[in-house]
Amino acid sequence: MKQAQPNTVRALPVTRARSRSSVWKRIGRTYELYLFLLPTLIYFLIFHYGPMYGLQIAFKNFIAIKGIWDSPWAGFTHFERFFNSPQFTIVLKNTILLNLYELAVSFPVPIVLALLLNQIQHMRFKKWVQTVTYAPHFISAVVIVGMLIAFLSPRSGLVNEVIKVFGGDPVYFMARPEWFKTIFVFSGLWQNAGWSMIIYLAALTSVSPDLHEAAIMDGANKYQRIWHIDLPSILPTVTILLILNVGSFMTVGFEKVYLMQNALNMDASEVIQTYVYKSGLLSAQYSYSAAVGLFNAGVNFILLITVNTIAKRLKQNSLW
Amino acid sequence: MRVSQKSRFDRLFDLANYTFMTLLMLAVLYPLYVVVISSISDPDSVNTGGVWLLPKGITFEGYHRIFLEDKIWTGYKNTLLYTSVGTALNVVLTLTGAYALSRSDLVGRQFFMFLIVFTMFFGGGLIPTYLLIKNLGMTNTIWSQIVPGAVTAYNIIIARTFFQTTIPKELQEAAEMDGCSITRFFLKIVLPLSLPIVAVMVLFNAVAHWNAYFPGLIYLRDETLYPLQLVLREILIVNEAPADSVVAGAGDDGGMLRIVDIMKYGVIIVSSLPVLVLYPFLQRYFVKGIMIGSLKG
Repeated sequence: MKQAQPNTVRALPVTRARSRSSVWKRIGRTYELYLFLLPTLIYFLIFHYGPMYGLQIAFKNFIAIKGIWDSPWAGFTHFERFFNSPQFTIVLKNTILLNLYELAVSFPVPIVLALLLNQIQHMRFKKWVQTVTYAPHFISAVVIVGMLIAFLSPRSGLVNEVIKVFGGDPVYFMARPEWFKTIFVFSGLWQNAGWSMIIYLAALTSVSPDLHEAAIMDGANKYQRIWHIDLPSILPTVTILLILNVGSFMTVGFEKVYLMQNALNMDASEVIQTYVYKSGLLSAQYSYSAAVGLFNAGVNFILLITVNTIAKRLKQNSLW
Repeated sequence: MRVSQKSRFDRLFDLANYTFMTLLMLAVLYPLYVVVISSISDPDSVNTGGVWLLPKGITFEGYHRIFLEDKIWTGYKNTLLYTSVGTALNVVLTLTGAYALSRSDLVGRQFFMFLIVFTMFFGGGLIPTYLLIKNLGMTNTIWSQIVPGAVTAYNIIIARTFFQTTIPKELQEAAEMDGCSITRFFLKIVLPLSLPIVAVMVLFNAVAHWNAYFPGLIYLRDETLYPLQLVLREILIVNEAPADSVVAGAGDDGGMLRIVDIMKYGVIIVSSLPVLVLYPFLQRYFVKGIMIGSLKG
């Protein structure tokens, strides 16, 4: 052993040098790939890692002339100000409730729809359902909210005209805080329930027909087959999507929330991100709103890791 | 399922299922249908709830006014520009980047991939991004609408998965033996084999650009640069909301209100038409994109 050791020690630098040179050779041989990658990489470094560098203003008092680096440190004062502000509870409550509501409605519905649509054997009919239900996904948020305002208008909206026909009083839905979340969630369902089926439908095509045939032999009806064969087979997909959904828990639908917002429904519609936008870009409190934004991103990140860890523990699919 | 004898339960199930799916389609289509018939109806009938099944007092005044509204056409022109240039940039960056990342002989591939995927889960957020764009001098220029969203991690993952699963390694090795350069191989062999993913990328990005209003809202001050969605926001949302707050005495405040009422359904049609008309023909590409993405979630 003692004699062998010097040998290996002497041998190591040689192989290391050789492998290092072969790595460079490999890189040299594929230098074009780096040219391919370069623009994308530069983009990510500037436009994604650049803002992460800029996040330090959350701990500073940002002064535009001094720039990000030279602005004086402020520690956690912006976070403290946010936690102590009256908006904190309102904004946090709205963000959590809106997303819980959204998750409770918009997550399970596409799964149920996909399971049902998968039972349709008439191919043309199935294609029709798909084409029709996917379509609203391509409508812009501005148009969706424009349609909501038009249909729900107390002055001229179809919904209120129906209410009047049945003898009710018109309701100014868009201005009522108690209606805000319901309108948001169900218009989102109308727009995206069909589109969200796609992944589940794809997962369902991989269910072996043998399983179904065997189940039919055993006298299982459609309901039993959906419950005992289809649902378990798409469960891994469901888990992954649930993780992703929870991971973006605090960010859902910000653009649409902002469009639906007005002075009257603010109590229910102000969420963390609209608050960041307003206090940051409209009132130019850059450091403060960067801190609020960082709080939001941090909570998101922790949620994602937590859910992923739980999924791993339960031996379900996980993201990593 | 070639079993001839369906159980009673299954037949009932099918009946309920077909009925439900039909109702579902109607529920999705009805609001769109109402928009269409309202856009060609007399606004007074629309406002009193008369238009719910068939158009009433057919008039094209709304469309006529839309054609005279310069703002809308400037918005259209801007959106077409942002969409075409933006999509071209998206597609080139996504495909070249994803192809490099799909090759197992790229040294450092894991690291680069991590760098990109990480941005899906954490980012600097709105304010630091805004300050960056401002410092780069992009605010109030066309670049603010195109460059900040040039590539998304999600699209890179989709395209990379596609390349990994459809371009056989033997093909690449054979090309290398013949002394074919990587660029030549990519242009002459990989791209022609990858037309479906090119289509997917063009469509995903084009729709995203077409429907975007937020980059315009944050970065643009000059109204002549506004994309269509931002103009729509003014017509459909900014002007409409105050009108609704004055519930009593509807119509008394005359002019502006009536113009908005006449145009609002028409602009929805005019702005959504290109996407909704093309969509059924291109549907399979969209679906394909989602499916490839789901392979490696």
